[in-house]
Amino acid sequence: MHPIRKKRLTIVLFLLAGIGVAVALTTYALRQNINLFYDPSQIAAGEAPRDVRIRAGGMVEEGSVIRDPDSLKVEFRVTDFNSSVPVEYTGILPDLFAEGQGVVAMGKLDGQGRFVADQVLAKHDENYMPPEVADALEKASKAQPKAGETAQSPSY
Amino acid sequence: MWQFFHKLGSPKWFYGIATRLMPWLLVVGAALLLAGVVWGLAFAPKDYLQGNSYRIIFIHVPTAFLAQSVYIMMAVAAVVTLVWRMKLADVFVKAVAPVGLVLTFLALFTGAVWGKPTWGTWWIWDARLTSMLILLFLYGGVIALDRAINDEKSAARAVSVLVLVGVVNIPIIKYSVEWWNTLHQPATFKLTEKPSMPAEMWVPLLLSVLGLYFIFGWLACLRMQTEIIFREQRTRWVKDLVMAGRP
Amino acid sequence: MAFESLSAFIAMEGHGPYVWTCYGVFVVLLAGLMLWSQRRRRTTMEACRRNYEREAQGQQRTARPAATFTRVEVSQD
Repeated sequence: MHPIRKKRLTIVLFLLAGIGVAVALTTYALRQNINLFYDPSQIAAGEAPRDVRIRAGGMVEEGSVIRDPDSLKVEFRVTDFNSSVPVEYTGILPDLFAEGQGVVAMGKLDGQGRFVADQVLAKHDENYMPPEVADALEKASKAQPKAGETAQSPSY
Repeated sequence: MWQFFHKLGSPKWFYGIATRLMPWLLVVGAALLLAGVVWGLAFAPKDYLQGNSYRIIFIHVPTAFLAQSVYIMMAVAAVVTLVWRMKLADVFVKAVAPVGLVLTFLALFTGAVWGKPTWGTWWIWDARLTSMLILLFLYGGVIALDRAINDEKSAARAVSVLVLVGVVNIPIIKYSVEWWNTLHQPATFKLTEKPSMPAEMWVPLLLSVLGLYFIFGWLACLRMQTEIIFREQRTRWVKDLVMAGRP
Repeated sequence: MAFESLSAFIAMEGHGPYVWTCYGVFVVLLAGLMLWSQRRRRTTMEACRRNYEREAQGQQRTARPAATFTRVEVSQD
């Protein structure tokens, strides 16, 4: 290669490497702020601030949803299979909200470690399947509950 | 190899190749895209959780995918412009930047409309969505910077540097869903694993991605030809080309 | 076919407005971009042709090139 071109190429590569390092360091420094939400383990470990608006994310624990019959108030627990956090919310839930589904709740932690949400968003995973396949899978996992659980756990 | 490289740099040679390629790119692209979209809209089964709203994926993923690949192609062209001063590379960047802008806008728009019924919100400042918005601004910045500088050579250099600076955003978009907690779900297609959906869903998706690639190829050829005519208007061959068929 | 009737296809079980908005905007913008790009090549060629013709007339009268091209003269926008 021509020496001038070689020099230009080196400059370009240095430029790229420099920007790459700068951005990597910045995102590393900001990594907590870039995370959209705290997971239940972080909240249980006291990493999340209290009385500040934060987001909590995880899976709605099976059998934990209690709907108030007179109002739109809902209580449920959000879990990451290590810890779980009780959540309280009043309002309309997204269509995808269900037990065993991923959610991101926005609100504040109160003094007793309860999460009072003012907005609940549904988070879904990258798995898509026809309803018949989902039914068949569910039947199979009921026959073998262990296998079904392990298949579900990483995908909230 | 080097001879081919130099030939590739000749606008006249490229113009001829593009003219021959374009009908094929358009026909194949339109057929694939139409097949993918019709299959996805009317024939693919609905999703067990999202129902029919997931059908937006058949245009959301292709536009988002192309928006990022176009930027990577522009970055490669920017290196070629800076190091080899190849005219065609610069022509490419200027010709496709508006296409990238439209694709990024479409990815964001379809994502927002999809987000409303599934997540419960149009927009959220999570890492994936924000980095995609930055990509939109990068495309806008490239177009604006090129317009702002009148001298062709200075414009080419400034635009190339901007494109290269912005390329760090691409891995951030790609890995945002893995590095951080986001509301956006991880990628449907991965190179190393099989797709996380059955064939009757991923085949139409793949068709529309490929189709949009071909359509992009057609658009790139067409827009590069326009830029070449404009820049080379003082050359003999462009004059012959433009005046062909004239008395 | 995943739908039983045309009306079911349009309604998409209530998700119709979302799905059709997306596809509508996609088709309009993509087709618009394609048509606009094609028109731009035609208008660029026509502008060049007018320049050549003006140049040829100028040469006949004064026997020297009257017009010089700069990048600014035929603006892209």
